[in-house]
Amino acid sequence: MKLYDGGKIIFGLIIFLGLITIPFYFNAGKAVAPPKPKLDTPVIQALAVKECVKPKEIMRAEHMRILDDWRNSVVREDDRQKIVIGGKEYAKSLQNGCLKCHSNRKDFCDKCHTYMAVKPYCWDCHFTPKENRS
Amino acid sequence: MSIDRRVFLKIAGLTTALGLGGSTLINGLKKRGLEASELPIAGKQGGLTAKRWGMVVDMSKFRNEHDIQRVIDACHNIHNVPFFKNPKHEVKWIWTDTFNHTFPGMESEFMQDGLEEMPFLMLCNHCLHPACVRVCPTQATFKRKDGIVMMDMHRCIGCRFCMAACPFGARSFNWRDPRGKDEDGRPFIRKLNPEYPTRMKGVVEKCTFCTERLAKGLQPACAEESNGGLVFGDLEDPGSELREILRTHYTVRRKQELGTQPSVYYVIGGNDNV
Repeated sequence: MKLYDGGKIIFGLIIFLGLITIPFYFNAGKAVAPPKPKLDTPVIQALAVKECVKPKEIMRAEHMRILDDWRNSVVREDDRQKIVIGGKEYAKSLQNGCLKCHSNRKDFCDKCHTYMAVKPYCWDCHFTPKENRS
Repeated sequence: MSIDRRVFLKIAGLTTALGLGGSTLINGLKKRGLEASELPIAGKQGGLTAKRWGMVVDMSKFRNEHDIQRVIDACHNIHNVPFFKNPKHEVKWIWTDTFNHTFPGMESEFMQDGLEEMPFLMLCNHCLHPACVRVCPTQATFKRKDGIVMMDMHRCIGCRFCMAACPFGARSFNWRDPRGKDEDGRPFIRKLNPEYPTRMKGVVEKCTFCTERLAKGLQPACAEESNGGLVFGDLEDPGSELREILRTHYTVRRKQELGTQPSVYYVIGGNDNV
Protein backbone atom coordinates (compact mmCIF):
# COMPACT_ATOMS: atom_id res chain seq x y z
CA MET A 1 0.00 0.00 0.00
CA LYS A 2 1.30 3.33 -0.96
CA LEU A 3 0.51 6.53 0.88
CA TYR A 4 0.17 9.33 -1.63
CA ASP A 5 1.32 12.73 -0.34
CA GLY A 6 2.46 10.93 2.80
CA GLY A 7 4.66 13.74 3.99
CA LYS A 8 1.89 16.31 3.89
CA ILE A 9 -0.62 14.00 5.53
CA ILE A 10 1.66 13.02 8.39
CA PHE A 11 2.72 16.63 8.89
CA GLY A 12 -0.93 17.64 8.98
CA LEU A 13 -1.77 14.89 11.43
CA ILE A 14 1.02 15.99 13.75
CA ILE A 15 -0.25 19.58 13.70
CA PHE A 16 -3.80 18.36 14.29
CA LEU A 17 -2.77 16.21 17.26
CA GLY A 18 -0.73 19.08 18.62
CA LEU A 19 -3.70 21.42 18.43
CA ILE A 20 -6.28 19.17 20.03
CA THR A 21 -3.99 18.28 22.92
CA ILE A 22 -3.27 21.93 23.74
CA PRO A 23 -5.53 21.86 26.83
CA PHE A 24 -3.43 19.06 28.25
CA TYR A 25 -0.09 20.84 27.67
CA PHE A 26 -1.56 24.03 28.92
CA ASN A 27 -2.61 22.59 32.27
CA ALA A 28 0.10 19.96 32.63
CA GLY A 29 1.76 19.98 36.00
CA LYS A 30 -0.55 22.70 37.31
CA ALA A 31 -2.77 21.56 40.13
CA VAL A 32 -5.90 23.63 40.34
CA ALA A 33 -6.54 24.40 43.96
CA PRO A 34 -9.63 22.59 45.22
CA PRO A 35 -12.42 25.01 46.09
CA LYS A 36 -12.76 26.13 49.67
CA PRO A 37 -16.32 27.25 50.29
CA LYS A 38 -16.48 29.89 52.99
CA LEU A 39 -18.53 29.32 56.11
CA ASP A 40 -17.90 32.63 57.80
CA THR A 41 -21.23 34.37 57.34
CA PRO A 42 -22.43 36.45 60.31
CA VAL A 43 -25.34 34.07 60.93
CA ILE A 44 -23.13 31.00 61.07
CA GLN A 45 -20.62 32.73 63.33
CA ALA A 46 -23.38 33.67 65.71
CA LEU A 47 -24.53 30.06 65.98
CA ALA A 48 -23.81 28.27 69.23
CA VAL A 49 -23.82 24.86 67.55
CA LYS A 50 -22.20 25.15 64.15
CA GLU A 51 -23.92 22.19 62.61
CA CYS A 52 -25.73 21.72 59.33
CA VAL A 53 -28.69 19.41 58.90
CA LYS A 54 -26.24 16.58 58.13
CA PRO A 55 -22.47 16.11 58.63
CA LYS A 56 -20.18 17.98 56.26
CA GLU A 57 -19.21 14.95 54.17
CA ILE A 58 -22.81 13.99 53.53
CA MET A 59 -23.82 17.56 52.75
CA ARG A 60 -20.96 17.85 50.30
CA ALA A 61 -22.01 14.75 48.39
CA GLU A 62 -25.76 14.69 48.89
CA HIS A 63 -27.02 18.27 49.30
CA MET A 64 -28.68 18.20 45.91
CA ARG A 65 -30.61 15.08 46.84
CA ILE A 66 -31.63 16.56 50.16
CA LEU A 67 -32.92 19.65 48.37
CA ASP A 68 -34.77 17.45 45.93
CA ASP A 69 -36.39 15.48 48.75
CA TRP A 70 -37.38 18.70 50.48
CA ARG A 71 -38.88 20.09 47.35
CA ASN A 72 -40.98 16.97 46.86
CA SER A 73 -42.12 16.86 50.45
CA VAL A 74 -42.96 20.57 50.61
CA VAL A 75 -44.44 21.20 47.17
CA ARG A 76 -46.03 17.86 46.45
CA GLU A 77 -46.89 16.45 49.88
CA ASP A 78 -47.28 19.73 51.76
CA ASP A 79 -45.06 18.36 54.50
CA ARG A 80 -43.35 21.48 55.81
CA GLN A 81 -42.28 20.20 59.18
CA LYS A 82 -39.12 21.94 60.23
CA ILE A 83 -35.82 20.28 60.92
CA VAL A 84 -34.29 20.72 64.35
CA ILE A 85 -30.53 20.89 64.74
CA GLY A 86 -29.02 21.97 68.02
CA GLY A 87 -32.34 23.32 69.24
CA LYS A 88 -32.78 25.56 66.19
CA GLU A 89 -35.50 25.00 63.63
CA TYR A 90 -34.74 25.14 59.95
CA ALA A 91 -37.30 25.33 57.16
CA LYS A 92 -37.11 22.73 54.41
CA SER A 93 -36.30 25.40 51.89
CA LEU A 94 -33.38 26.66 49.88
CA GLN A 95 -34.42 30.28 49.92
CA ASN A 96 -35.88 30.35 53.42
CA GLY A 97 -33.67 27.63 54.88
CA CYS A 98 -30.14 27.03 53.61
CA LEU A 99 -29.54 30.58 52.41
CA LYS A 100 -30.54 32.08 55.74
CA CYS A 101 -27.23 30.80 57.13
CA HIS A 102 -25.26 30.40 53.92
CA SER A 103 -25.98 33.91 52.75
CA ASN A 104 -22.79 34.01 50.69
CA ARG A 105 -23.74 32.30 47.48
CA LYS A 106 -20.67 33.53 45.58
CA ASP A 107 -18.24 32.24 48.20
CA PHE A 108 -20.18 29.12 49.08
CA CYS A 109 -22.42 27.58 46.42
CA ASP A 110 -20.69 28.96 43.38
CA LYS A 111 -17.19 27.99 44.55
CA CYS A 112 -17.71 24.27 44.00
CA HIS A 113 -20.29 24.59 41.25
CA THR A 114 -17.82 26.56 39.15
CA TYR A 115 -15.00 24.14 39.95
CA MET A 116 -17.14 21.19 38.94
CA ALA A 117 -18.57 23.07 35.95
CA VAL A 118 -22.15 22.40 37.03
CA LYS A 119 -24.80 25.02 36.47
CA PRO A 120 -27.76 24.34 38.77
CA TYR A 121 -30.86 26.32 37.80
CA CYS A 122 -31.84 27.09 41.40
CA TRP A 123 -31.07 30.76 40.92
CA ASP A 124 -33.39 31.24 37.96
CA CYS A 125 -36.22 31.42 40.46
CA HIS A 126 -34.83 31.40 43.99
CA PHE A 127 -33.44 34.58 45.44
CA THR A 128 -30.07 34.78 47.05
CA PRO A 129 -29.64 37.27 49.86
CA LYS A 130 -28.66 40.75 48.69
CA GLU A 131 -27.22 39.49 45.40
CA ASN A 132 -28.67 40.48 42.02
CA ARG A 133 -32.15 41.27 43.17
CA SER A 134 -33.77 42.42 39.99
CA MET B 1 -19.53 -34.94 32.08
CA SER B 2 -23.13 -35.75 31.86
CA ILE B 3 -25.80 -34.60 34.26
CA ASP B 4 -29.02 -36.32 34.91
CA ARG B 5 -32.34 -34.62 35.19
CA ARG B 6 -32.25 -34.48 38.98
CA VAL B 7 -28.91 -32.67 39.12
CA PHE B 8 -29.98 -30.30 36.37
CA LEU B 9 -33.15 -29.32 38.25
CA LYS B 10 -31.18 -28.77 41.45
CA ILE B 11 -28.71 -26.47 39.74
CA ALA B 12 -31.45 -24.61 37.87
CA GLY B 13 -33.46 -24.11 41.07
CA LEU B 14 -30.45 -22.89 43.01
CA THR B 15 -29.47 -20.46 40.26
CA THR B 16 -32.99 -19.02 40.14
CA ALA B 17 -33.08 -18.58 43.90
CA LEU B 18 -29.72 -16.85 43.88
CA GLY B 19 -30.73 -14.65 41.00
CA LEU B 20 -33.90 -13.50 42.69
CA GLY B 21 -32.52 -13.22 46.20
CA GLY B 22 -29.06 -12.03 45.27
CA SER B 23 -30.04 -8.65 43.88
CA THR B 24 -32.21 -7.92 46.88
CA LEU B 25 -29.33 -8.86 49.16
CA ILE B 26 -26.84 -6.70 47.27
CA ASN B 27 -29.20 -3.75 47.13
CA GLY B 28 -29.89 -4.13 50.81
CA LEU B 29 -26.20 -4.11 51.69
CA LYS B 30 -25.44 -1.13 49.47
CA LYS B 31 -25.24 2.22 51.18
CA ARG B 32 -28.70 3.64 51.11
CA GLY B 33 -29.39 7.11 49.81
CA LEU B 34 -30.53 9.88 52.07
CA GLU B 35 -34.16 10.47 52.76
CA ALA B 36 -35.55 13.71 54.10
CA SER B 37 -37.47 11.67 56.63
CA GLU B 38 -34.22 10.64 58.31
CA LEU B 39 -33.66 14.17 59.54
CA PRO B 40 -34.80 15.16 63.00
CA ILE B 41 -38.15 16.82 62.57
CA ALA B 42 -39.99 19.39 64.64
CA GLY B 43 -43.53 18.77 65.84
CA LYS B 44 -46.46 19.54 63.58
CA GLN B 45 -46.95 23.23 63.23
CA GLY B 46 -50.34 24.87 63.15
CA GLY B 47 -51.36 25.23 59.56
CA LEU B 48 -54.86 25.50 58.15
CA THR B 49 -56.19 22.21 56.86
CA ALA B 50 -59.36 21.23 55.07
CA LYS B 51 -60.90 18.40 53.12
CA ARG B 52 -61.51 20.64 50.16
CA TRP B 53 -60.68 24.30 50.04
CA GLY B 54 -63.06 26.64 48.33
CA MET B 55 -63.94 30.30 48.08
CA VAL B 56 -66.90 32.59 47.74
CA VAL B 57 -66.50 35.83 45.81
CA ASP B 58 -69.14 38.20 47.13
CA MET B 59 -69.31 40.88 44.45
CA SER B 60 -71.59 43.08 46.57
CA LYS B 61 -68.63 43.72 48.90
CA PHE B 62 -66.50 45.25 46.19
CA ARG B 63 -67.68 48.83 45.92
CA ASN B 64 -65.11 50.28 43.57
CA GLU B 65 -62.02 49.65 41.48
CA HIS B 66 -59.82 50.45 44.43
CA ASP B 67 -61.21 47.56 46.50
CA ILE B 68 -60.46 45.17 43.69
CA GLN B 69 -57.01 46.54 42.89
CA ARG B 70 -56.02 46.22 46.54
CA VAL B 71 -56.84 42.52 46.48
CA ILE B 72 -55.00 41.95 43.21
CA ASP B 73 -51.93 43.83 44.43
CA ALA B 74 -51.88 41.89 47.70
CA CYS B 75 -51.63 38.64 45.76
CA HIS B 76 -49.29 39.76 43.01
CA ASN B 77 -46.89 41.51 45.38
CA ILE B 78 -46.31 38.60 47.72
CA HIS B 79 -45.98 36.09 44.90
CA ASN B 80 -43.62 38.16 42.75
CA VAL B 81 -46.05 38.12 39.84
CA PRO B 82 -44.51 40.17 37.03
CA PHE B 83 -46.34 42.97 35.25
CA PHE B 84 -46.00 42.99 31.46
CA LYS B 85 -47.40 45.89 29.50
CA ASN B 86 -48.11 43.79 26.44
CA PRO B 87 -51.44 42.05 27.13
CA LYS B 88 -50.23 39.04 25.16
CA HIS B 89 -47.51 38.52 27.76
CA GLU B 90 -49.77 39.09 30.73
CA VAL B 91 -49.16 36.98 33.83
CA LYS B 92 -51.99 36.91 36.35
CA TRP B 93 -53.04 34.98 39.40
CA ILE B 94 -56.15 36.98 40.18
CA TRP B 95 -57.75 39.36 37.71
CA THR B 96 -61.01 40.90 36.54
CA ASP B 97 -63.23 40.76 33.50
CA THR B 98 -66.78 41.70 32.51
CA PHE B 99 -69.89 39.71 33.39
CA ASN B 100 -70.25 38.44 29.83
CA HIS B 101 -66.71 37.07 29.82
CA THR B 102 -66.91 35.67 33.31
CA PHE B 103 -70.23 33.90 32.90
CA PRO B 104 -70.67 33.33 29.16
CA GLY B 105 -74.15 32.09 28.34
CA MET B 106 -75.69 33.73 31.38
CA GLU B 107 -76.06 37.15 29.81
CA SER B 108 -79.55 38.14 28.76
CA GLU B 109 -81.24 40.82 26.70
CA PHE B 110 -82.26 43.02 29.60
CA MET B 111 -79.86 42.97 32.50
CA GLN B 112 -79.59 44.64 35.86
CA ASP B 113 -78.13 48.14 35.59
CA GLY B 114 -74.37 48.20 35.91
CA LEU B 115 -73.94 44.44 35.90
CA GLU B 116 -72.37 44.30 32.47
CA GLU B 117 -69.79 46.95 33.34
CA MET B 118 -68.97 45.46 36.72
CA PRO B 119 -65.47 43.99 36.99
CA PHE B 120 -65.68 40.41 38.28
CA LEU B 121 -62.78 39.01 40.25
CA MET B 122 -61.46 35.75 38.94
CA LEU B 123 -58.83 33.32 40.08
CA CYS B 124 -58.01 29.65 39.62
CA ASN B 125 -61.16 27.68 40.43
CA HIS B 126 -59.27 24.75 41.97
CA CYS B 127 -61.75 22.44 40.28
CA LEU B 128 -62.75 19.09 41.71
CA HIS B 129 -62.03 17.59 38.28
CA PRO B 130 -59.29 19.82 36.94
CA ALA B 131 -58.76 19.53 33.20
CA CYS B 132 -55.26 20.99 33.52
CA VAL B 133 -54.14 18.15 35.77
CA ARG B 134 -55.43 15.54 33.36
CA VAL B 135 -53.41 16.88 30.47
CA CYS B 136 -50.15 17.77 32.21
CA PRO B 137 -47.55 15.35 30.80
CA THR B 138 -45.09 15.76 33.68
CA GLN B 139 -47.49 16.01 36.62
CA ALA B 140 -46.11 19.46 37.23
CA THR B 141 -49.64 20.49 38.04
CA PHE B 142 -51.46 18.16 40.36
CA LYS B 143 -54.29 18.04 42.84
CA ARG B 144 -53.45 18.05 46.51
CA LYS B 145 -55.44 16.07 49.05
CA ASP B 146 -57.07 19.29 50.25
CA GLY B 147 -58.40 20.12 46.80
CA ILE B 148 -55.82 22.72 45.85
CA VAL B 149 -54.58 22.47 42.28
CA MET B 150 -50.89 23.07 42.81
CA MET B 151 -47.96 23.79 40.53
CA ASP B 152 -44.53 22.23 40.89
CA MET B 153 -42.49 24.77 38.96
CA HIS B 154 -39.45 22.50 38.94
CA ARG B 155 -41.30 20.04 36.75
CA CYS B 156 -43.03 22.38 34.34
CA ILE B 157 -41.66 22.03 30.83
CA GLY B 158 -43.76 24.86 29.41
CA CYS B 159 -45.80 22.79 26.96
CA ARG B 160 -48.91 24.87 27.78
CA PHE B 161 -51.29 21.89 27.49
CA CYS B 162 -52.78 23.02 30.81
CA MET B 163 -53.47 26.46 29.39
CA ALA B 164 -55.32 24.92 26.49
CA ALA B 165 -57.25 22.65 28.82
CA CYS B 166 -58.24 25.21 31.45
CA PRO B 167 -61.62 26.67 30.46
CA PHE B 168 -61.18 29.61 32.82
CA GLY B 169 -58.00 31.22 31.52
CA ALA B 170 -56.48 30.89 34.95
CA ARG B 171 -53.02 30.01 33.71
CA SER B 172 -50.32 32.30 32.41
CA PHE B 173 -47.20 31.46 30.48
CA ASN B 174 -43.97 33.31 31.08
CA TRP B 175 -43.10 34.48 27.59
CA ARG B 176 -40.37 36.67 28.96
CA ASP B 177 -37.98 36.36 31.85
CA PRO B 178 -39.98 37.74 34.79
CA ARG B 179 -36.75 38.98 36.37
CA GLY B 180 -36.02 41.23 33.43
CA LYS B 181 -36.74 44.91 32.88
CA ASP B 182 -39.02 46.69 30.46
CA GLU B 183 -37.98 49.25 27.83
CA ASP B 184 -37.97 52.02 30.44
CA GLY B 185 -35.68 50.08 32.73
CA ARG B 186 -38.42 49.23 35.22
CA PRO B 187 -38.27 45.70 36.56
CA PHE B 188 -41.29 43.57 35.63
CA ILE B 189 -41.68 42.58 39.25
CA ARG B 190 -42.56 45.88 40.84
CA LYS B 191 -42.16 44.83 44.45
CA LEU B 192 -39.99 41.90 45.36
CA ASN B 193 -40.88 39.54 48.14
CA PRO B 194 -37.57 37.89 49.07
CA GLU B 195 -39.38 35.10 50.91
CA TYR B 196 -41.01 33.79 47.75
CA PRO B 197 -39.32 32.64 44.54
CA THR B 198 -39.96 34.10 41.12
CA ARG B 199 -40.64 31.99 38.07
CA MET B 200 -38.45 31.65 35.02
CA LYS B 201 -39.05 32.13 31.34
CA GLY B 202 -40.95 29.21 29.85
CA VAL B 203 -43.09 27.99 32.76
CA VAL B 204 -46.81 28.29 33.44
CA GLU B 205 -48.02 29.80 36.69
CA LYS B 206 -51.30 30.42 38.47
CA CYS B 207 -52.98 30.93 41.81
CA THR B 208 -52.12 28.29 44.44
CA PHE B 209 -54.62 29.40 47.11
CA CYS B 210 -51.52 30.59 49.00
CA THR B 211 -50.38 27.14 50.09
CA GLU B 212 -47.33 28.71 51.74
CA ARG B 213 -49.59 30.94 53.86
CA LEU B 214 -52.03 28.14 54.75
CA ALA B 215 -49.08 26.17 56.12
CA LYS B 216 -48.40 29.07 58.48
CA GLY B 217 -52.03 29.24 59.58
CA LEU B 218 -52.80 32.34 57.49
CA GLN B 219 -55.69 32.95 55.11
CA PRO B 220 -54.87 33.48 51.43
CA ALA B 221 -53.58 36.99 50.81
CA CYS B 222 -56.56 38.00 48.67
CA ALA B 223 -59.11 36.84 51.25
CA GLU B 224 -57.24 38.62 54.02
CA GLU B 225 -57.13 41.87 52.05
CA SER B 226 -60.74 41.75 50.81
CA ASN B 227 -62.69 42.87 53.90
CA GLY B 228 -65.04 39.93 53.61
CA GLY B 229 -65.48 40.09 49.86
CA LEU B 230 -63.59 36.83 49.45
CA VAL B 231 -64.47 34.13 51.93
CA PHE B 232 -62.11 31.19 52.07
CA GLY B 233 -63.02 27.93 53.75
CA ASP B 234 -63.65 24.21 53.72
CA LEU B 235 -66.37 23.18 51.27
CA GLU B 236 -66.72 19.81 52.97
CA ASP B 237 -67.21 21.25 56.44
CA PRO B 238 -70.94 22.00 56.91
CA GLY B 239 -70.12 24.30 59.82
CA SER B 240 -67.77 26.58 57.90
CA GLU B 241 -68.52 30.23 57.17
CA LEU B 242 -68.20 29.37 53.52
CA ARG B 243 -70.98 26.79 53.67
CA GLU B 244 -73.12 29.19 55.68
CA ILE B 245 -72.91 31.70 52.82
CA LEU B 246 -73.65 29.00 50.26
CA ARG B 247 -76.72 27.95 52.29
CA THR B 248 -78.12 31.44 52.63
CA HIS B 249 -77.27 33.00 49.27
CA TYR B 250 -77.92 32.18 45.66
CA THR B 251 -74.50 31.50 44.16
CA VAL B 252 -73.21 30.66 40.72
CA ARG B 253 -70.02 29.12 39.45
CA ARG B 254 -68.22 29.82 36.21
CA LYS B 255 -69.00 27.48 33.31
CA GLN B 256 -70.59 24.79 35.48
CA GLU B 257 -71.83 23.02 32.38
CA LEU B 258 -68.29 21.86 31.60
CA GLY B 259 -68.33 19.57 34.62
CA THR B 260 -65.00 20.52 36.14
CA GLN B 261 -66.76 21.40 39.41
CA PRO B 262 -65.11 24.71 40.30
CA SER B 263 -64.52 25.41 43.98
CA VAL B 264 -65.01 29.17 43.60
CA TYR B 265 -68.57 30.42 44.00
CA TYR B 266 -69.95 33.87 43.20
CA VAL B 267 -72.55 35.91 45.01
CA ILE B 268 -73.72 38.44 42.47
CA GLY B 269 -75.42 41.65 43.37
CA GLY B 270 -76.74 42.89 46.68
CA ASN B 271 -78.77 39.99 47.96
CA ASP B 272 -77.65 40.52 51.52
CA ASN B 273 -81.28 40.52 52.60
CA VAL B 274 -82.14 37.14 51.10
